[in-house]
Amino acid sequence: MAVPDIEVAPVDEGFWTRTRKVGLVLLALGLLATVLFGALATGEQARFTLSEDAAGAALEINGTVGAILFGLITLAAGAAMLAGLPKRWFIPVLAAGLVAFVLSFLCWQVSAAPTGQNFMPLVNIVRGTFLLALPLIFGSLAGVLCERSGVVNVAIEGQLLMGAFSGALFGSISGSVWVGLVAAAIGGSFISLLLAVFSIRYLVDQVVMGIVLNLLAVGITGFLYERLMQTDAARYNSAPRFSNWEIPLLSDIPVLGPALFRGNIFLYLALLLVLVIHIALFRTRWGLRTRSVGEHPTAADTLGVKVLGLRYRNVLLAGAVAGIGGASYTLALFSFTKNMIGGKGFIALAALIFGRWSPTGALLAALFFGFADQLATYLGAINSIIPGQFLAMLPYLATILAVAGLVGRVRAPAADGKPYIKG
Amino acid sequence: MEPGEIHALLGENGAGKSTLMNVLYGLYQPDEGEILVDGKPLKLRGPSDAIAAGIGMVHQHFMLVPVFTVTENIMLGAEQVRGGIAGFLDRRRARREVAEVSERYNLRVDPDAVIEDLPVGIQQRVEIVKALTRDVDLLILDEPTAVLTPQETEELLTVMRSLKAAGKSIVFITHKLGEVKAIADRITVIRRGKTVGTASPEASRDELAALMVGRTVRLTVEKAPATPGEPVLDVAGLVVDDDRQVRAVDGVDLTVRAGEVLGIAGVQGNGQTELIEAIMGLRPTLAGTVTLDGQRVDGWSTKKVLRAGVGYVPEDRSVDGVVKEFSVAENLVLDIYDQPPFGRGLSLKPDAIAKSAQERIEQFDVRTSSAQAPVGTLSGGNQQKVIVARELSRPLKLFIAAQPTRGVDVGSIEFIHSRVIRERDIGTAVLVVSSELDEVIGLADRIAVMYRGRIIGVVGPDTPREEIGLLMAGITPDATAGNSAEGGDAATTDRDAAATADADAVSGGGTAATTDRDAPATTDGVAPAPEGPGSEDKEA
Repeated sequence: MAVPDIEVAPVDEGFWTRTRKVGLVLLALGLLATVLFGALATGEQARFTLSEDAAGAALEINGTVGAILFGLITLAAGAAMLAGLPKRWFIPVLAAGLVAFVLSFLCWQVSAAPTGQNFMPLVNIVRGTFLLALPLIFGSLAGVLCERSGVVNVAIEGQLLMGAFSGALFGSISGSVWVGLVAAAIGGSFISLLLAVFSIRYLVDQVVMGIVLNLLAVGITGFLYERLMQTDAARYNSAPRFSNWEIPLLSDIPVLGPALFRGNIFLYLALLLVLVIHIALFRTRWGLRTRSVGEHPTAADTLGVKVLGLRYRNVLLAGAVAGIGGASYTLALFSFTKNMIGGKGFIALAALIFGRWSPTGALLAALFFGFADQLATYLGAINSIIPGQFLAMLPYLATILAVAGLVGRVRAPAADGKPYIKG
Repeated sequence: MEPGEIHALLGENGAGKSTLMNVLYGLYQPDEGEILVDGKPLKLRGPSDAIAAGIGMVHQHFMLVPVFTVTENIMLGAEQVRGGIAGFLDRRRARREVAEVSERYNLRVDPDAVIEDLPVGIQQRVEIVKALTRDVDLLILDEPTAVLTPQETEELLTVMRSLKAAGKSIVFITHKLGEVKAIADRITVIRRGKTVGTASPEASRDELAALMVGRTVRLTVEKAPATPGEPVLDVAGLVVDDDRQVRAVDGVDLTVRAGEVLGIAGVQGNGQTELIEAIMGLRPTLAGTVTLDGQRVDGWSTKKVLRAGVGYVPEDRSVDGVVKEFSVAENLVLDIYDQPPFGRGLSLKPDAIAKSAQERIEQFDVRTSSAQAPVGTLSGGNQQKVIVARELSRPLKLFIAAQPTRGVDVGSIEFIHSRVIRERDIGTAVLVVSSELDEVIGLADRIAVMYRGRIIGVVGPDTPREEIGLLMAGITPDATAGNSAEGGDAATTDRDAAATADADAVSGGGTAATTDRDAPATTDGVAPAPEGPGSEDKEA
């Protein structure tokens, strides 16, 4: 006796499909770019130099022409979507439209900059983007590891901070970057351990626990910073730094080479981790089990998967990753200061959600956030009429839109945040 | 348990069947006692021990990860891996294994389908394949038919027979007598956590039911023929979305008259919940109208709908029906607490509330220690009686009862049913929604079958179960027309008359029609099902 063929009935969305709605927004953006940016741009050549300063080869375009040209591209992308674009073209066309919008904006800004500053050093921009994104990448990877197994990780901030602190302290004492790196991982795991024990064993609300742990991390590191590090900074807060490694061949690529492949170990590690975690999550036994525990822990349990053990393991691992992310400050850039993470952990959380709980998505989201941040700095430097703060706000606005489901459905792992109680 | 035996475990809701089986599957630890396998005591520390001992279980609520594919679900916990410590999944091998097992036992599943896209019948098949790939000798099926249409149930029974033929033992947990008699080799009846008897499948339904509940119960609802009056509720072209903005009710028309019971039958999740919630003003309507006694009520607030003379027993008792922490007395006035004599202005009148509570507790036979006891301390049946008492204490034009006896003991079921009929007899229009087909058939004067958000047919209560079952599976009599014609009478033209006489012809035709649903007019459609039912699963 056959069960009749049941297909999920197609939902009739009417005329205003998601593609059309997004198309309308893009159309408006395109109009704005073409008319406003085009009008405000000057006839100066906008130069995008392939170096760190005004010198060297550059991509050049007349400001007004560029602003209008790229604005029209956005307009065209919006119009194509409005006309009813096949689904598989949605992402590429959306990306093209948005990139063109940004370029139109840049043409206006660069051409309108004070005389002599009508250039944008691409190497600086790319390098700055990655630098600012670095703690976000580590942080959101920590989020992926935790939340894919069903534990909400609001404690990323605390894990980053603890990692930065332990890295600085033990790096300084031992005089070895490697000891510092390991200590940073352990420091991050320490916060994770508390998160795991209280949320998995004692079923404390995971979000509340995360917030408490962030405050705890600020407290502990702040106290030790004042009482220990400041008393003898030379001994306790002068960790050695990782030197820059130049990767042969790759470092010769124009723009990307000097921007990325002459950096320190943390950048390479972050990119490697994204790749490894992505493959592990979707192609290995560990990944399958992690995802099953995050989606339907009871089902996993009935098949002999040790739900709690796996969650402990993943949460600890997440702490180690975030800890290393924290060390990317103290073992490469600055010495430790009080509350030096300054909310990056929460931004990483936003990147995690914006990247839809996937490692590669988190990377792209982190880079987007980093770019906005870097652009804000750049605009400040050329005395733009657009306040840098406004641009710095943009990523969070985008996250809110993403979470509200305006840019496709964002779906968290089904059991995220729910403690598993047997029976 | 003997090898190759189907052993039915029969008992009421809450009798302890599922708990016993969860112990057997290692999910719960026994407080006392032991499990013997082949004469040796078995200590189960977890499900993996049970699996290793050859015990598999298909849970009542499927243990499948909705966003995973069939293969991923089946390989989980017993993954084939390559690459040593890295443990890369060997999907190809797993897929081959799934194909092999489903081939061997004739359980067709698409290894790459994502679970949440599959209908429940197929999901259950995936569960069975999952157990079989783990080489189990003993398969526990926990209430496997609760979510299935009669046709899917029939198919499951066939699968069970073929598993038995392959030497597997099966424990079949259910509270449905008919299925037990159809398939079991031996029956153990459980009541309140104790074995109260074993029986052979030859025992009569009444005997089994008596064993189950501890006394002789009536299985049918006694009622006089209805005397329908004017239409009270009129629903026309109603369209409603569910919580995920997926169309749940897709153009429903129905009318309930004064003094009749309209039953809505259907497999759960075909829009019944949303339909009722929309009528009650709990869910926005996207199109269509709801008319109560000539007045448009769609768009009204729930309070306004209730005050207009609608009684409502919600589907999920503990969430929507009562406030568990409140006392019985308080729960009894949740609907009219702000009206005299129970309250005036900002104050409540506790004496009036207590007095009326006492009366209604007696009237509705609510078993509670006192009117002040929290409702949460009462049994499910008595909680339900509190709700029914509350809703029937107002003068009603329309009484809506959704799953009125779900999780309720047999004694309370009888009582609630008799109350529903009494309400009908005093001229109230009654709308009953239930996923228990027997309940709908027992109570209703007319039965509307809902399928994928539509009323797929309205039939009389004497219509054979099989025909209603086909409707529940989305197969209308039109599709079976060719077969019915062959059977002699045209069941489509006069369903009620053809009902009893042609029960077999209709169901036999239905089987064949299921196979060739897309081409009902072909000769295949007319011929009786040529092979065993298992082979018909070509859609899987």
